Amino acid sequence: MRRGRISSFFHILFVLAYFIYLSTTCLAEDVSGQERPAYGDAIVVGSIGDASNLIPMLATDATSHEIAGLIYNGLVKYDKYLNLVGDLAKSWEIKRGGKEIIFHLRKGVRWQDGVPFTSKDVLFGFKTIIDPKTPTAYAGDFLEVEKAEAPDPYTFRVIYKEPFAPALSSWGDIVVLPEHLLKGKDITKSSLVRHPVGLGPYKFRLWKTQERIELDANPDYFDGRPYLDRYIMRIIPDPATMFMELKAGGLDWMGLSPVQYKRQTNTPFFRKNFRKYRYLSFSYTYLGYNLRHPFFKDKRVRQAISYAMDKKEIIRGVLLGLGVVATGPYKPDAWFYNPNVRRYPYDPKMARRLLAEAGWKDSDGDGILDKDGIAFSFTVLTNQGNSLRDKTAQIIQYRLRQVGIEMKIRQLEWTAFINDFIDKRRFEAVILGWTLGQDPDIFDIWHSSKTGPKQLNFIGYKNKEVDRLLVLGRRTFDREKRKKIYFRIQEILAEDQPYTFLYVPMALPIIHARFHGIKPAPAGISYNFIRWWVPKNEQKYIIP
Amino acid sequence: MGFIVFLLKRILGLVPTFLGITLISFFVMHLAPGEPMSLQADFNPKMTPEMRQRLRAQYGLDKPLYVQYAKWLKGLVQLDLGRSFSPDRRKVWDKIRERLPVTILINVLSMLLILAVSIPLGVRAAVWENSLFDQVTTVLVFLAYAAPAFWVALLLMLLFGIEWNLLPVSGLHSLMGYEQMSLFEKVLDWSKHLILPVFVSAIGGLAGFSRYTRSSMLEVLRQDYITTARAKGLPERVVIYRHALRNALLPLITIMGLSIPGLIGGSVIFESIFAIPGVGQLMWSAVMARDYPVLMGNLVIVAILTLLGNLLADIGYAAVDPRIRTGLQEQE
Amino acid sequence: METALSSTPIREEKRWQKTLLDLCSNPLTISGLVIVGILVFTALFAPVLAPYDPQEIDTFHILEAPSSAHLLGTDGLGRDCLSRLIFGARISLLVGFVAVGIATAVGTVLGALAGYYGRWVDSLIMRFVDIMLCFPTIFLIMAVIAFLEPSIWNIMIVIGLTGWMGVARLVRAEFLSLKKRDFVLASRICGASDLQIVFGEILPNAIAPILVSATLGVGGAILTESALSFLGIGVQPPTPSWGNMLTEGKDNLEIAWWLSVFPGLAILVTVLGYNLLGEGLRDFFDPRKKR
Repeated sequence: MRRGRISSFFHILFVLAYFIYLSTTCLAEDVSGQERPAYGDAIVVGSIGDASNLIPMLATDATSHEIAGLIYNGLVKYDKYLNLVGDLAKSWEIKRGGKEIIFHLRKGVRWQDGVPFTSKDVLFGFKTIIDPKTPTAYAGDFLEVEKAEAPDPYTFRVIYKEPFAPALSSWGDIVVLPEHLLKGKDITKSSLVRHPVGLGPYKFRLWKTQERIELDANPDYFDGRPYLDRYIMRIIPDPATMFMELKAGGLDWMGLSPVQYKRQTNTPFFRKNFRKYRYLSFSYTYLGYNLRHPFFKDKRVRQAISYAMDKKEIIRGVLLGLGVVATGPYKPDAWFYNPNVRRYPYDPKMARRLLAEAGWKDSDGDGILDKDGIAFSFTVLTNQGNSLRDKTAQIIQYRLRQVGIEMKIRQLEWTAFINDFIDKRRFEAVILGWTLGQDPDIFDIWHSSKTGPKQLNFIGYKNKEVDRLLVLGRRTFDREKRKKIYFRIQEILAEDQPYTFLYVPMALPIIHARFHGIKPAPAGISYNFIRWWVPKNEQKYIIP
Repeated sequence: MGFIVFLLKRILGLVPTFLGITLISFFVMHLAPGEPMSLQADFNPKMTPEMRQRLRAQYGLDKPLYVQYAKWLKGLVQLDLGRSFSPDRRKVWDKIRERLPVTILINVLSMLLILAVSIPLGVRAAVWENSLFDQVTTVLVFLAYAAPAFWVALLLMLLFGIEWNLLPVSGLHSLMGYEQMSLFEKVLDWSKHLILPVFVSAIGGLAGFSRYTRSSMLEVLRQDYITTARAKGLPERVVIYRHALRNALLPLITIMGLSIPGLIGGSVIFESIFAIPGVGQLMWSAVMARDYPVLMGNLVIVAILTLLGNLLADIGYAAVDPRIRTGLQEQE
Repeated sequence: METALSSTPIREEKRWQKTLLDLCSNPLTISGLVIVGILVFTALFAPVLAPYDPQEIDTFHILEAPSSAHLLGTDGLGRDCLSRLIFGARISLLVGFVAVGIATAVGTVLGALAGYYGRWVDSLIMRFVDIMLCFPTIFLIMAVIAFLEPSIWNIMIVIGLTGWMGVARLVRAEFLSLKKRDFVLASRICGASDLQIVFGEILPNAIAPILVSATLGVGGAILTESALSFLGIGVQPPTPSWGNMLTEGKDNLEIAWWLSVFPGLAILVTVLGYNLLGEGLRDFFDPRKKR
């Protein structure tokens, strides 16, 4: 599911999710676990896709970021309550109404090859990310910077052109790079792509393509050595195989599908050996229309499609109820979520009426609506290997057919999907997901200046009021004022339906019961991964 | 001496086939809408028309097709198949090379399994023609021939992996503790992981080969010299295994060569089901990613492998049948 | 498929006088005929036979085991598996006819050319056959599919265009032996054109082995289609095909055995049917086999 994210700065928040629920057994475990944490053992994590590139700013896939997130650190990070706290930065000062930030960096931090970390590395990373030659998707926030400098080894200063509300949060783990290893080199051909050297809790050990990636605990990690000696990611492209491997003992941690969560893990075996968690994920899934396409230029058509499908049915059929209806680009428990926007309940009559108003009628009696001799038939693209999206598409296909719209489904591999179709605007409609950040700024996705090639407003949405509000939202630091701004944006989007917002799914991780110290929090579970541990007598793997 | 001449002739004869393989692969590559380069060009958001033109020239895409083909062929001979379009941008040959041994290993093992099982089966079925044994094997052969390999794989995974928990269901070897294993344990570990994939990949071949052995054997058993041998009072065992089988097996070697592409083709299926990092899995992911360089590299390398397999079969044939290498039997 | 074909150049005119009874004397052949008959019947009358609309989604009844309401259970979207299985027969039938039709047509033409004209035409075509045989079919199909939009028609055409080599070899062998026969020489003396000889004289006499190989080829084509659909590059939803039904079976192997078992069985039985029929036809046309 998290493969669905398109590049955006949202990634830096490696914390993934907001906790809603945890199994009672798990609570009991945590209360009784008063013993001293022990070092040792390894955790084996399952991943559907292989990593592509372990330099964070070059990678756009979830797996690469998951690995790189354990190897690299940022200046700031989110804590378990989703507050921004220092990471490589000990502290910071915000001056001149938000236009200037001065970071004071930790001393004595070393790169994993022993070279000391300084502000030069941050500056180098910054220069690299804004370099047009660097093929990165995350330059956006950093282009707001007017000037960045490293006055001394432990001070880093940035000055923005204008006050920029998401500024602080952008200095996460994608921007800090080892200058001494990369300076003067073509970053895309660097050996760090496959053999990263970072500052983080884990050190790179090996990467066997399409098979596994192994990391070793970094004993010199500035925030304390992680308890688990080794992190192993196994690449198993097929979810069913992955689940069998979990049962067979070859995996300790994987994300369950709703079916696996509800129907396959309620056995005594699983209750004894595993703990399941569930919380609303930081993402939503949508049906996006290419607004340049004649079918979808008309707002009434988009609204009609939203009425034609039953989102509750989709959640029931695809997520087995493990998710909530999305009404806009945020998840319902965020402080900037507006619950009072126009909604689109299942109403096929309304859909047909709106379509008729827009001129779509079945004049040749073939069951498909038409207008000026053109049948209402389009293709929706989605990424292959994501059975949730595939099922979503099939339900939508079925419901649209009932109001006289033919929708074809085409599944594409992720890279080809993005490069060949999204980036070239060669699509009519897509089913995709966005990963959500802690900041309400969604400038990159909805502003009309972001409709160019390879930019994220690929559907071509243009609304003057939204444009104005998005800019205003970025310049405003006051929380209540920002809330008003983003509430209005949500109202407009709900009315315009440039996307049909579908659902916010739940994250459903399952983890072997021998791991202690997992403490679900608003940030999800992985925020304190380096504090997870296994009691000596339960350790499964001996790492020499 | 005659054998060497035969060998040289055969190898020379492969040259046009090799060129044909490269031509077809090149042709398929140029079916692609757009240009092989376009993806790479798009990698850079600041690509200007001038830069695009320069890149086109750099990749030789502004030259006529035959020049491009010659260039590509030259690269192929030096095993330079270009770079993958995927974000890791690795050399295509590197990607194929690291996966080739696994695929070859499984295919060789499954070929051995096919021979070890189907020949005795076919011989018995022929000797006891129309017996119950013959009829049962015939039915089994038909079933095996008709069963989709991926479905059999699913059922086996369900039974051996889940219900009985006897065999691992994915990967090539155990994940943990593998490095600490002794050589023997490693071999054992690999074997356990390979049982199901090898079996699944062998099913179709098992059916075909035992059927072929049976009919070939029946044909031989009807020959006069067998009757003569029997009439001389030689023990049945000697007649069958020394006289008949030798001759019945000859055509089997050619069939072996012909069945190589089918076997390798099956790799796509079982490698993706059993999560085996081989060439088949690479092919599948390349199709999904529209990673043309990898796709074409795979296609041409696999075809060349088949060609070599056929050559081996020919050599094997010649080694056992002296008529061929002395040129007595030029045409079939 | 090649392994199953042995050319039998010596034929007797009499064989056409054999009755259907002869063909039906073999119980295996009858079973093949019955299976193929059932398949055709099911495909033709699918809308009548299917208890539900195969595309009707019912999210209140997801992954339900076989019951009286749904004889073969329901799939991940609550669709009736029996109905999908019945409609899937259409794809299998279609793939069999179209893909094998294309393969047979191409193979016959090329084989006829090679066998009839001989010399360089023969060398050229047979070299082409050798080259094509070096490509594992599924690799070749996948390479082409990568450039095309996946659709039933594209899949069938590609399967057909990559599966004609066996037929070509067979037809060539038939032509090589038939063109030297008296009746061909006679019509040539009477001034018949090449076209007349090929289509009027030789081809009708080569029909039997072509028919056998086509029948046997259908099974292979169905297997290929189901494998491609299983891998997600074949028949696309919402059209049910046995191959894409199995994809869902794989995802739910542990909890919904019926999703894996029935479509797989359907493929097995269908391919078995065609193969039995093909073998039966072969024996029937083979003068050496006197049963």
